[in-house]
Amino acid sequence: MKRPTTGRSRHSGGPNVGRPGFAWALPATIFFALFAIVPLIGVAVMSFTSWSGLGSPEFNGLDNWNKLLGDKVMMQSLWLSALLTLLGVLIQTPLSILLGVWAAGQQKNRAVLSAIYFIPLLLSSAAVSVLWRALLDPNFGIPGQLAGIFGGDGNLLGSQAGAIAVLTFVGAWQFTPLHTLLYQGAARSVPPVLYQAAEIDGAGTMRKFFSITLPQLRNTIVTSGILMVVGGLTTFDTVLILTKGGPGTDTTITPYYMYRKAFQSFDFGVGSAIALVLVVIATAISLIMVRATGYDKMNSAQEGI
Amino acid sequence: MKPRPNYFAGAGSIIWLLIVLVPIYVMVTATIQTQQGYASAGPLSLPSSFTLDNFGALVTGGFLTYVWNTVIVTVSVVAIVVLVVPPLSYAVVRSRSRGISLIFRTFLLGLAIPAQAVIVPIFYLISVAGLYDSLIGIILPTAAFCLPICTLILTGSMRDITPELYEAMAMDGATPMRSFFQLVLPLSKSGISTIIVFSALQAWNGFLFPLILTQSASTKVITLGLFDFQSQYGVNIPGLMAAVLLSMLPVLFVYLFARRALVQGLMGVGGK
Repeated sequence: MKRPTTGRSRHSGGPNVGRPGFAWALPATIFFALFAIVPLIGVAVMSFTSWSGLGSPEFNGLDNWNKLLGDKVMMQSLWLSALLTLLGVLIQTPLSILLGVWAAGQQKNRAVLSAIYFIPLLLSSAAVSVLWRALLDPNFGIPGQLAGIFGGDGNLLGSQAGAIAVLTFVGAWQFTPLHTLLYQGAARSVPPVLYQAAEIDGAGTMRKFFSITLPQLRNTIVTSGILMVVGGLTTFDTVLILTKGGPGTDTTITPYYMYRKAFQSFDFGVGSAIALVLVVIATAISLIMVRATGYDKMNSAQEGI
Repeated sequence: MKPRPNYFAGAGSIIWLLIVLVPIYVMVTATIQTQQGYASAGPLSLPSSFTLDNFGALVTGGFLTYVWNTVIVTVSVVAIVVLVVPPLSYAVVRSRSRGISLIFRTFLLGLAIPAQAVIVPIFYLISVAGLYDSLIGIILPTAAFCLPICTLILTGSMRDITPELYEAMAMDGATPMRSFFQLVLPLSKSGISTIIVFSALQAWNGFLFPLILTQSASTKVITLGLFDFQSQYGVNIPGLMAAVLLSMLPVLFVYLFARRALVQGLMGVGGK
């Protein structure tokens, strides 16, 4: 980066001169308030109304909340969201730590492979889901061709266990590269002197990994884990395209159930109530995130990563 | 770091390579096969037929309209982000007002708002505003949801500018406007390219807002086109794969030529 040549003007001014005023923040703030803060208040208000998409929403007290509390699919959706999120964290964390630490090495072949590992991240969730749905097609897909390995009729999405396994696998396929990238960066910033000291003490590869690398990745494990949790709880595109929440309601996780209630049954009140549950959970997690990682004190995008 | 080759890790890395590449291989080879050829050969086999009809069918099927709509949405979202975020970040970094720091904290809290959570009120707002089923209706909320991370990224980048430079400008009697254009913008180029790539990716790959806020073919974006195409012609796998490949080509292009900005932009995605 070049330093710009500073001006030629000869006026003098104290350190407080030339600071930007409130107006500089205004356009972004108004814009953000209109499309994020107002809707956030709106979703809370609308969770106490009934609206079918026509006319105006009308207050109906706690009706939506009572309906939700007695709604088995809703309770099941929370459990399924938690399950899918947990599976995602359990599978992606060790995988991305191993791949990230491996990719952090300076060898040429590792650089090439990590560039390839990155490819799934280039696809949209919609594209990933359409791709995998085609790959797993019961008639023309991979399970059919490799019936010896997969067994059965090749319809992996036909059972709850199969559908959950597919969603977990596709999630890992799509997001492991992101977390690998986080761990790669973190592993590269481990001070080499730690490894040199361990080598003098005769530590082997395994010992160095568990005694130096893993403890040094602590912050990244927190950051990446929380990203996985928030991402897992808000999964939507994949479920809509791959399973449509099925078979039956067997993979109907909370965001998908919200979509079904609001935009397919046109019960926007109940949809808003579900959405509010999502907001509360996501905010709670994010507050933990800010506390745990010091995100709010961060000075640059790369820090803590 | 590791002097001897690590065979265990080597084997693991090859397995993961296969998991990543096999689907990509099937996708690419499927796009150049006929539907019958693909069905009889099976996804993992070498292509037994060759055709470019799958891409031709996309063109005649109106896919180019979706691409064009996506381009409009992407360019507009990037334009909005680039217009409003740098002044905000500048104010956050340089202003001493409590109001600004409150605003910054609100934006940070905004990181936690998932788009799904507020989609119902946004649908209501956009409908009331008469923007339902228009590209503007997609552009506005998409851009708004890019703001928290972009602000975070760019503020971080602007904090790296040393205070002495600002003071030197102020000593010269520079107005905030002049400091902004002559000092802040030139020194924030990498941060700005990161937020450009991040918001472009969000817009290009966005799915929820288009799904909820549009319905007709004339306002369809690529991701929604993929979804519709899949619901309608789910068995035409070569056709579907061609559409998927087409949807990722521009991003692949950016990956090849601006890897650094893309990786940082994606890490921004991770920040969400």
